[in-house]
Amino acid sequence: MNVIAVIAKKDLLIEWRTRTLMARVVPFALLVLVMFAVALDSEPLLLRAAAGLVWLALLFSTMLVVQRSFDVETQDGVLDTLLACANPSRVFFGKATALFVQLFALGVVLVVGAVVLYGVAISGDRVVLLVTVVVSATGGLAVVGTLYGAVVANLIGRDSLLPLLVLPVLAPLLIAASRSTEAAFGSNTIDVANGWAWVGVLVVYAVVFGSAGALAFAPLTESDA
Amino acid sequence: MTSFVASGTAISLSGAVVALRGFPALAGVDMTIACGELVALRGGNGTGKSTLLRLCAGLVPLTRGQATVLDVELGKERAHVRHLVGLMGHRNGLYADLTARENVQFVANLVGATHADVDAALQRLGIDARVAATRVAALSAGQRRRTALAILVVRRAQLWLLDEPHAGLDAVAREELDVILRDATRSGATVVYATHEVDRPGLATPRTITLQGGRVVSDEQSLGRGTR
Repeated sequence: MNVIAVIAKKDLLIEWRTRTLMARVVPFALLVLVMFAVALDSEPLLLRAAAGLVWLALLFSTMLVVQRSFDVETQDGVLDTLLACANPSRVFFGKATALFVQLFALGVVLVVGAVVLYGVAISGDRVVLLVTVVVSATGGLAVVGTLYGAVVANLIGRDSLLPLLVLPVLAPLLIAASRSTEAAFGSNTIDVANGWAWVGVLVVYAVVFGSAGALAFAPLTESDA
Repeated sequence: MTSFVASGTAISLSGAVVALRGFPALAGVDMTIACGELVALRGGNGTGKSTLLRLCAGLVPLTRGQATVLDVELGKERAHVRHLVGLMGHRNGLYADLTARENVQFVANLVGATHADVDAALQRLGIDARVAATRVAALSAGQRRRTALAILVVRRAQLWLLDEPHAGLDAVAREELDVILRDATRSGATVVYATHEVDRPGLATPRTITLQGGRVVSDEQSLGRGTR
């Protein structure tokens, strides 16, 4: 079996066993959506802000999923064995693939949550745009999450360091994903053509950070102690 | 158990210095270990045993001196040596939420070993079907050690570097581990293990290297006690 698939399958099996996503991350993400709804308390405002709120909730949730993904590698010192048995760039893409699957599923749940909680209506002709946005944006989240998860994996206080380091880097993704999702949600602020243009930004972002992660994963996981 | 070609030099260190955050954990180590040897590294806490093992595993950089492991120069390509050696440190390197078999199978899939290799490794380490199907989180310390060793077997590691492998094991499990280590060297693997126990009966180690202050202070061959 392909090494990337082997690593991704292992991560997803551990997730299936521990139900971290289902038991902790999904409720947390939905709670964030609910809290935004309570705080804004205005249907027009929620409709206007729905796209950005969905991606903010997904960004916060990404921190939990990334931390869990690297906790399983560092808890019993497995990362050394993993890097001894597989090319580091394949380890990177294997872990990023598993993250992508989990974040995509979470993204779908949050979009449904926006429909239910905020009253967002998605017309049939915009579904392709919405799916493409979720795929490309969660792809970007997965590669950046894996890259920065590796950066903080062996550091003390990594739980608080990860969001401090990664959230500024994710700002362009947040902007592009929010704009293109606004177009997919049928917001009057941006049309579909512009939405597709923002998708292009998301794809470039994912490719750039995917390439950087594949190259940098080996030195980032290098142990000096 | 997988057999290895036992010839040549497994480890060759000359004036090896390793500085960790400025502290010389190894302060000029000279030693040569031939392929197929079973060697005990002895010494108290902080004498450099673990650092020496991690150096040979390619996990810490060589600060000064010469170091060759399985014909790989650590100063130039230490990442490459990681594919050839198996290090079992204080931690076992196992996924707690996978079963013993899944852990071994995972590594087997990474290195291209077959299901038959996994079965053979589990059988060799005395891991029965019930233990193999149990999640690592529920295994005893001895069973986890066996699973970690099964991974070394399935990886076909030519050099086993074991840091305090007897720690946390009861008397029976220690004796079983001794048998496993002797069998590994009979199959051609080189085994180097660290221990701070000076006179533990049981494992008749043919060669004992003692470290103190990051240096080798004695290198003794126990003639007649060899197992090979």
